[in-house]
Amino acid sequence: MREEILNFIEKNSRVDLKEVAVCLGISEIDVANELAAMESEGIICGYHTLIDWDKVTQERIHALIEVRVTPQRGRGFDEVAERIYKYPEVQATYLISGGFDLLVFMEGKTLREISSFVYEKLSTMEFVMSTTTHFVLKKYKDHGIILNSKNEDERMIMTP
Amino acid sequence: MRNPLSQTIVNIKPSGIRKFFDLASERENIISLGVGEPDFETPWHIRDEGIYSLEKGKTFYTSNSGLIELREEICNYYRRRFNVSYDTRHETIITVGGSEAIDIALRAMLDPGDEVIIPQPCYVSYEPCTILAGGKPVIIELKNENDFRLTADELRGALSDKTKVLILPFPNNPTGAIMDADDLQAIAKICIEKDIFVLSDEIYAELTYSGDHVTIASIPGMKERTIVINGFSKAYAMTGWRLGYALGPEEIIAQMTKIHQFAIMCAPTTSQYAAVDAIKNGDEDVKKMRASYDQRRRFLMNAFREMNLPCFEPFGAFYVFPDIREFKMTSEEFAFALLDAQSVAVVPGTAFGDSGEGFLRISYAYSLEKLKMSMERIAVFIEELRARS
Repeated sequence: MREEILNFIEKNSRVDLKEVAVCLGISEIDVANELAAMESEGIICGYHTLIDWDKVTQERIHALIEVRVTPQRGRGFDEVAERIYKYPEVQATYLISGGFDLLVFMEGKTLREISSFVYEKLSTMEFVMSTTTHFVLKKYKDHGIILNSKNEDERMIMTP
Repeated sequence: MRNPLSQTIVNIKPSGIRKFFDLASERENIISLGVGEPDFETPWHIRDEGIYSLEKGKTFYTSNSGLIELREEICNYYRRRFNVSYDTRHETIITVGGSEAIDIALRAMLDPGDEVIIPQPCYVSYEPCTILAGGKPVIIELKNENDFRLTADELRGALSDKTKVLILPFPNNPTGAIMDADDLQAIAKICIEKDIFVLSDEIYAELTYSGDHVTIASIPGMKERTIVINGFSKAYAMTGWRLGYALGPEEIIAQMTKIHQFAIMCAPTTSQYAAVDAIKNGDEDVKKMRASYDQRRRFLMNAFREMNLPCFEPFGAFYVFPDIREFKMTSEEFAFALLDAQSVAVVPGTAFGDSGEGFLRISYAYSLEKLKMSMERIAVFIEELRARS
């Protein structure tokens, strides 16, 4: 039941308990209980809204930063990552296999904001060996949603 | 000048769905719940395979019966999903949609005067295809109280010395009815006893919501007298690719292939390459689409319960078939009035045979948002009708 509920709300977090219950063929109370349980167990970590900020006047700049680090003895990558992801302007941090170690997703209002974070904060940390910053020029698809898609019904009238 | 037309063709009635939609299409802001095709686009990996085949220059005819890889995959699929084995080379043919398969199967089997039993309400092609093949349609009117299943008694009542073929259209368009293994067993017994062939249209086989579809061909003694019709349109959302197939006894398939080679040559090559990928790697997509249809189906059933509108619970295809007999209007009157008052287009049950009188076909190949909006409008409409009477 949990997986069905999660699949249903993954693409639409505006949870209407009754609708979830009806569509999945389970009772409203069960849906409410499961949601509450999954929230407290940290399975559901938040209900977010996917926004195409390009269509709003307020500008946002996004960057992906590759970070190579020296892991700290006895503490591995986790503590290094923590020092970085605690900054609120960091949106996501992943430990990555391959040519570098951490991938950091950043959001800022201006180019300067991001670049100053990189050269003032990030690259001056004693365990950071190098950084490479990639600015996002255009988002085509985010969270499985194609931005700017028309979403029209292409089906024509035909019989039978 | 002489009359240029064939009287047989002129006498065939045009489809009832058409008439209704011509009217609906002239108006603006209509929410249509009338379309009988998936609202999903074909999954990208399937489309990509079609594009790749074009890049590789696969632009020639295939063999008349279709790509051997595709026929092999179809045989694997029927074995894996429905427990029937077919011989790839002799018992399969790829057609232009399930519709061509229906047409050539009937033409291959019927002589003038042979009777074809057609349980209605059903898809609108069986009757004209029977007539075009020189056969005589014999209609069984399926009943709401049987959940629109075909019963053994109904079948027995329609038999004559001339009966040759029974059409078995389940999961059913327009009712959404299915036939389970026990129902089929009873039908199979009569077919074997009376030496009748079955044309089993299983185009909606992947869209069932109470356990897997059962094909009558899997019942002992039936494979040798059954032509199975299926295709890619509904399961993989591939309507525009026009690709279907038939499986059955070599004797019948060979004659179907003869008609196919003269009338069609072969099914579209690009579609066949794409379909190989669909049937090999499409299980996950089918599962997702099925889950989505099932949610909408439950949503509609609940909406009708709240409106107090009787509707038997359908477990197949993507249609519901609510009962509107309490309003003392014909299906057509109701559908036109609903279109007028609330701008919602649904198909009158009579478009699928006289026994659809008193019912409507509502398709749930639409987003939940759209279904929600239209159910609100239908609820208002029904309330007004009830208040007036």
